[in-house]
Amino acid sequence: MRTSTLKQILLITDGCSNQGENPASVAAIIAEQGITVNVIGIMEDEHTEQPKGLLEVEEIAGSGQGVSQIVYKQALSQTVQAVTKQALNETLQGVVNKELQQILGSPSTMEELPPDQRGEVMEVVDELGETCDLEVLVLVDTSASMANKLPTVQEALIDLSISMNARIGRSRFSVYQFPGKRKPIQQLVDWTSKLDSITSIFSRLASGGVTPTGPALKEAMHQFGKKSLKRRLFHNEYPDVEEA
Amino acid sequence: MNTQTLKKPDINILKGQTITGKWHKKKYYVVKELGSGAIGTVYLCVYQNVQVALKMSKQSHSITSEVNVLKAFKKVQGHSLGPSLIDVDDYISANGHVYSFYVMEYISGDDLPNFINRNGQEWLFTLLIGFAKDLQTLHDEGYVFGDLKTDNLIVSRKPARLRWVDVGGTTLQGRAIKEYTEFYDRAYWQMGSRKADPGYDLFALAMVILRIYYPNGFSRGDNPRKTLQQKVQLAIRSQSLKQLVGKMLNGDIDKADQVKDYLLQYVMKQNQQTQLRQKRLSQKNQQETSFHPTLEVVSILSISGLCYIYMTLFL
Repeated sequence: MRTSTLKQILLITDGCSNQGENPASVAAIIAEQGITVNVIGIMEDEHTEQPKGLLEVEEIAGSGQGVSQIVYKQALSQTVQAVTKQALNETLQGVVNKELQQILGSPSTMEELPPDQRGEVMEVVDELGETCDLEVLVLVDTSASMANKLPTVQEALIDLSISMNARIGRSRFSVYQFPGKRKPIQQLVDWTSKLDSITSIFSRLASGGVTPTGPALKEAMHQFGKKSLKRRLFHNEYPDVEEA
Repeated sequence: MNTQTLKKPDINILKGQTITGKWHKKKYYVVKELGSGAIGTVYLCVYQNVQVALKMSKQSHSITSEVNVLKAFKKVQGHSLGPSLIDVDDYISANGHVYSFYVMEYISGDDLPNFINRNGQEWLFTLLIGFAKDLQTLHDEGYVFGDLKTDNLIVSRKPARLRWVDVGGTTLQGRAIKEYTEFYDRAYWQMGSRKADPGYDLFALAMVILRIYYPNGFSRGDNPRKTLQQKVQLAIRSQSLKQLVGKMLNGDIDKADQVKDYLLQYVMKQNQQTQLRQKRLSQKNQQETSFHPTLEVVSILSISGLCYIYMTLFL
């Protein structure tokens, strides 16, 4: 069984959106295109803080068929890679479940199989998770309140790349920030397999209190679209991508 | 797409409750919670008057993965690699949610730092020799333990042995490490990749040793490699152990057997030295003991003699 490249958008934010479309509905549209939307809500160290503004986090990931998690700043590195891996696993399980339905006829999922058979199916999922190719578009909220969290975000992204590159399958990343200058999002790092060498990429911060999460997600979806279009046009220039 | 697991509420199991399996209908009486981590929660249970450990998670796939590892270990006959697997099943909660669980042998004992502090340094070598042997067997089977850390190790009693209790991070060699903890992670310290190879476990084992000297850990600082070197220099007194830990951290040793051989040699050398020392000591003691009794007898005799003279003269 072969899967094509898995696509994910990873949104890292610290509050709720206040401009443009509803991000949850945009996430639903993105999910329709086979791209998973994962969201990480990042909090200050104080434990008293209620994740009130972060309720949206769960909502976006829910309609984006992805995984969400709310974390304190210090735990970010581990969370970023855990969320990415978990989402990868869930997507692959979805794929496997579909196959199972075709084989077994009735609407059955892995969880409905007896434990022994489940183990065998799980080996297949594990294998796929290790060997499939992965593309992650990281979308970082750089509104004013995020300023002191950005160094940690950068560290977490380097760590993500270390984790994902340890797999047998290929991994590619690109990083965008939002809001951008006069546009919803701004590219910081173009598609690359290694984020190890990124340094102070979040240099230009947007001022003001605007957090246009919805429009940013929409734009991110278009970036994925553009890429596949380009791929079709000049597939000779991107042999490594085409192979996937 | 399967996102069901995400909407599942957290597991809420109380002590005194009985967990009945959906498939095998076995009943487990919950005594208490033993601990909970990223993947799931482990409970101490009683099944047919025997204490067992039951691990439950809302992520069915994680439980299934771990069961696969435990099953693979089962095939390695005559060797206790990790706790033995007893049962795999599903639990249906009162509100209809399904949680997967597995049941394994309950290993009781002390954690490593406590045990070493109570019983002395020399035990560290004994335990590590046995552990390195187990690790080599695991590596020979094509696995890497992955999430090797103090919390995942227990010193079992009678015989005292260092054993691992959580196999959640166990990964096939050549793949990406499934689960890790920053302090014990080679990539976090910028000393290598996060790919599963035997050296990954040996790095983590070196950190387990360091953790005995630094119970609260330490941060990596600006130059992680230098930080590690300094911490090793400061904490470990034994020159040989210092060298070994350094080699494990640097990846100069990449086989668990090498660790075992190194430690065995060290212990043998120490034994010879202590035997020599004891020989010398016992010789000294002999001289002293041969001297002491006469002194005592003389002094007792002289005192009683004085008493006798005193009595006969003045009474």
